[in-house]
Amino acid sequence: MSLPRRPSVVAESLAQLGSAGLFLFGILAAIPRSLRHFQETVRQVWFVGAMSLVIVMTCGLFVGMVLSLQLYYTLSIFGGTAALGTVVALSLFRELGPVVTALLFAGRAGTSVTAEIGLMRATDQLSAMEMMAVDPMAYVVAPRFIAGILAMPLLVCVFNALGILGAHLVGVSWLGLDNGTFWGNMTASVDVWKDVVNGVVKSTVFGAVIALIATFQGYTTPPTSEGVAYATTRTVVSSSIVVLALDFVMTAFLM
Amino acid sequence: MTTTRDVSATTPAASAVEVRGLRTVLNGKVIFDGIDLDIARGRVTAIMGPSGTGKTTLLRHVTGQLAPDAGSVRVDGENVPTLSRAKLFALREKIGYLFQNSALLTDFTVFENVAFPLRQHLRLPEELVRTIVLTRLQAVGLRGAAHLMPAELSGGMARRVALARAIVRDPSLMIYDEPFVGLDPIALNQVLKLIRTLNDTLGITSILVAHEFAAVRRVADHVYLIAGGKVAAQGHPDELAERDSPWTRQFFGGEADGPVPFQYPARDYATDLGFPEARR
Repeated sequence: MSLPRRPSVVAESLAQLGSAGLFLFGILAAIPRSLRHFQETVRQVWFVGAMSLVIVMTCGLFVGMVLSLQLYYTLSIFGGTAALGTVVALSLFRELGPVVTALLFAGRAGTSVTAEIGLMRATDQLSAMEMMAVDPMAYVVAPRFIAGILAMPLLVCVFNALGILGAHLVGVSWLGLDNGTFWGNMTASVDVWKDVVNGVVKSTVFGAVIALIATFQGYTTPPTSEGVAYATTRTVVSSSIVVLALDFVMTAFLM
Repeated sequence: MTTTRDVSATTPAASAVEVRGLRTVLNGKVIFDGIDLDIARGRVTAIMGPSGTGKTTLLRHVTGQLAPDAGSVRVDGENVPTLSRAKLFALREKIGYLFQNSALLTDFTVFENVAFPLRQHLRLPEELVRTIVLTRLQAVGLRGAAHLMPAELSGGMARRVALARAIVRDPSLMIYDEPFVGLDPIALNQVLKLIRTLNDTLGITSILVAHEFAAVRRVADHVYLIAGGKVAAQGHPDELAERDSPWTRQFFGGEADGPVPFQYPARDYATDLGFPEARR
């Protein structure tokens, strides 16, 4: 007896991509109905946003500190330590802030959203909602998707602020760079629209993508403990790859 | 306990649910092979049968959770598989469904679980919501557990909370999937009374999937015995218990030998154990 042929990895990936696309349309169609559950959206912004603050703030601070340390050493070779504030700020606003926060967000909030929805699927809670004529796309999925879009830019702003604070602590307080030089060069070189807003746009897109991947993986997970575990892992892996790939594409367009 | 005991066959006009030529194939296995069923309006109808025979699948067809491969499933005259999502949700607002595993929302308290359908569909004053929820919890004996989380409940208690939630909006069709599992004798007696009282006082229709024939006999007006993808027998529970057919004799007598195999299809036992010579 011959075993049935398994679909190739490419075919499976394309099928997943197509399903995720349809799922996105489902979410967009459910968003107007989800406005009825505004409290749920607020709760989710708190859950994925505020609850991620500690890890984002801590990482932001340390990323800023190590960035300052490395750049100070490199810049000092060329006698350009005065540019420390500028380089740190541009690195954070343009790249590190959105990308590192997105990776942290996928690990902290994305996984919990996938696991939560996956367990709701496994324990028939989503089916129970459907039987009570409550659309899970509007009540469960759309609020988490909106929360991801709203929370990510805010978290990136916090990450950037803490990063600059960390860079200031190392560059000015520890290594002795002049405070006025640090802030003056930074404010003179950073463009609000070109640097700050572009970073916020990136982070909004990353938030949407991570929220889509997390909700999709949770919603479509096989209703088993192994299925939920795999879905959670896939959320982190897929989100990380897509964020980094999208970052390249968006940087190319936004520069 | 007031019971409606009418063993006469139901006419389609009197049916709340009408199933015709239902055929379902899941993972290559034929679950239903063209079965016909009528669930009489205002009665308690029990669906019984061996494990894995498709009782829950039948309920999923009735509620539009699963589309059949062929045939029609009409609820209140509407062909469920052809309904749009909006119409299906409108139909489900009239249906109360008790899940086999309770399916309580784990982030909500018992009170919030029961209040959930009210809050989602009706704009009622909070005081009224509280009154309705507490009356339903009182009916299942869990008013004092209103503040507990689902994780703090036993299986039987969770089932009773799920029952309270299912009846909170006074549905016209109540569907109970294994309502007696995990209930102690006191709770079982109360749930049986509740099912019967709800049915008779509110004039609703009830579909009951259960294995406990003694309990079914006390509450049901009509029983369908499903086996092998067909309706093996139907009738009043008392009549079925006394009917001398291989199906009823085996199922209600709990015998391993009969038309329903106890063993899931498998290779020869001796061969499986590695003793092929035992067959010679």
